[in-house]
Amino acid sequence: MPENQRLPLHQFHLEHGAKMVPFAGYDMPVQYSAGVMAEHAHTRSAAGLFDVSHMGQVLLRGADYAQIAAALETLVPVDVAGLPEGRQRYGLFTTPTGGISDDLMFANRGDHIFMVVNAACKAADLAHLQAHLGPLGVEVELLETRALLALQGPRAGDVLATLDPAAAAMRFMDVADLCLGGVAVWASRSGYTGEDGFELSVPADQAQALAQMLMANADVALVGLGARDSLRLEAGLCLYGHDITTETTPIEAGLAWAIQKTRRLGGARAGGFPGADIILDQIQNGTPRARVGLRPEGRAPMREGVVLFATEHDGPAIGQITSGGFGPSVGGPVAIGYVPADHGAPGTRLWGELRGKPLPLTVVALPFIPANFKR
Amino acid sequence: MKYTEDHEWLRVEGDVVVVGITEHASTQLGDVVFVELPEVGTMVAAGDEIVVIESVKAASDIVAPLDGEIVAVNDALADEPGKVNEDPLGAAWFFKMKIDDLGALDSFMDEDAYADLVA
Repeated sequence: MPENQRLPLHQFHLEHGAKMVPFAGYDMPVQYSAGVMAEHAHTRSAAGLFDVSHMGQVLLRGADYAQIAAALETLVPVDVAGLPEGRQRYGLFTTPTGGISDDLMFANRGDHIFMVVNAACKAADLAHLQAHLGPLGVEVELLETRALLALQGPRAGDVLATLDPAAAAMRFMDVADLCLGGVAVWASRSGYTGEDGFELSVPADQAQALAQMLMANADVALVGLGARDSLRLEAGLCLYGHDITTETTPIEAGLAWAIQKTRRLGGARAGGFPGADIILDQIQNGTPRARVGLRPEGRAPMREGVVLFATEHDGPAIGQITSGGFGPSVGGPVAIGYVPADHGAPGTRLWGELRGKPLPLTVVALPFIPANFKR
Repeated sequence: MKYTEDHEWLRVEGDVVVVGITEHASTQLGDVVFVELPEVGTMVAAGDEIVVIESVKAASDIVAPLDGEIVAVNDALADEPGKVNEDPLGAAWFFKMKIDDLGALDSFMDEDAYADLVA
C-alpha cells in the first residue's frame, strides 16, 4: 500500500490535538480534542473550521466561458452555460447507464471554471475530463499546490467580514476573490454542513497563516471529518460512494433539482450528457426506488448496510441504509437509504435488521435539520 | 482493580465482579451515544460479546471477561450513554457477574501492567 498523502496543514492539525485517520488516500483529522459531538454543536452554533484540502481542485480553461460551458455540458446534466459569472452550482458526472460517477461544485469565474470534486474520485474525474474535454479544446488542470479550508456555521459570515468586508455581501453560492488579512483566497459561500459558510481555496504555503488568523477569532474552532459527516447527514446531503454511486441515478437519489429545465426534455439544450435517455425518462415517469430519510425509533444508530423490510417478520428485504449514525443536533439516530417508491412516503413505518433483530424506523422528509443558508 | 487486554476493568464487590471499560477505551471510542446491555440471569462464557457500545463514529462490543452469570446491569446507561465518557471508572459500570472462582481474576493485569499496555 502506498503511504497516505499528507495535507499542507498536517503538522498544524497534530499541534491542535487532531486524531488522524486514513481517508481517500490522505491522513485526515477525524476529530480534535473536543470530540465529534462538541465539534458538531460548535459548527451549528458558531463557526467550525474544516480542512478539506484532500478534495480535488480543478481549473477548466478554454477560449471563453461559453466554450468551456458547452464542453462541460457534455458530461453533466446541469445548466453550465446559464450560470452567471461569480456564481457556483452543484453538478454531477453521469454514466452511460444513468449512474453517478461523482458529484461536484463548479463556479463561473469569468474566463474559466473552477471545480471541486471528491478526493476519492479525483484521479478518475481528471482522466474523464481530459479524455472528453481535451478534444473539445478545453484545458484541464488539477491544482496540487492549493489547500481548501471550509468555515461553516452561523458566525462564519461575521468572522470573515472582520478580515474582508466584501465577504458580507456574498450570498449563498456566490464566488469571489477575498483578501483575508493579506492572504488572497478564492471564496465561495457554500459548504456541506447545512449551515451558512464559506469554502476558501488558498495557496498551500499560506494555508497555515490563514488558519491561524481564523483561529484567532473566539467564534472559530477546528472541526474534523467525524463531525463533517454528522453535519452532512443531518443536512440530508449525499455522501458520494455511499448515498450516490454509479448504481444510483440522480432521480432515484432525489437530485432532480440539480437538472435545470434547459437540460430536460423540451428544454433548449435537452440531453447531451451520459445516460440522458434513462435520466430524462425517469424525470417524466418516476423511478422504482427512492432515496429517503429514516428515523430509527429506538436509540440504536443504524448505519450503512442495514437491510430494510416492510414488515417486522418474514418479509423480503426491500432496501438498505446507505449512510447513518447519530445526529447530535437531532439528539438521536438518523439515516439515509433507498426504498421502493411506494414505501417512500413520509410516515411509512419500516424495519431495519440490526444485530439480527428487526427494529422499527420511520420514513421522514429530508433534511433532518433545516438548512441555514444566506440566500 | 484488574484489567483485561480488551480494555475492561474488573472490580470485586463481595462475591461478584463489576465490569466497565477503562478511561483509555472510552477516549478511543469517542462520544458514546448508545449502550445495549445483556439480560440479568444470562449465563455467559468468556469472550462472548455481551454489550454493544456505539459512539458517534462506530459500533463496538464488550466481551464477557470470564465464564459466569450476569446478576445486575447498569440500566442508567441506556438513558445516559454519555456517562461512559464522563465517568468510565465509576458511574458507568456495565454489568456485575457471578463467577465460580474469584481466584481466576489473578490472571488479569494489575494497574501497572495495564498502564504499560496503553503507554
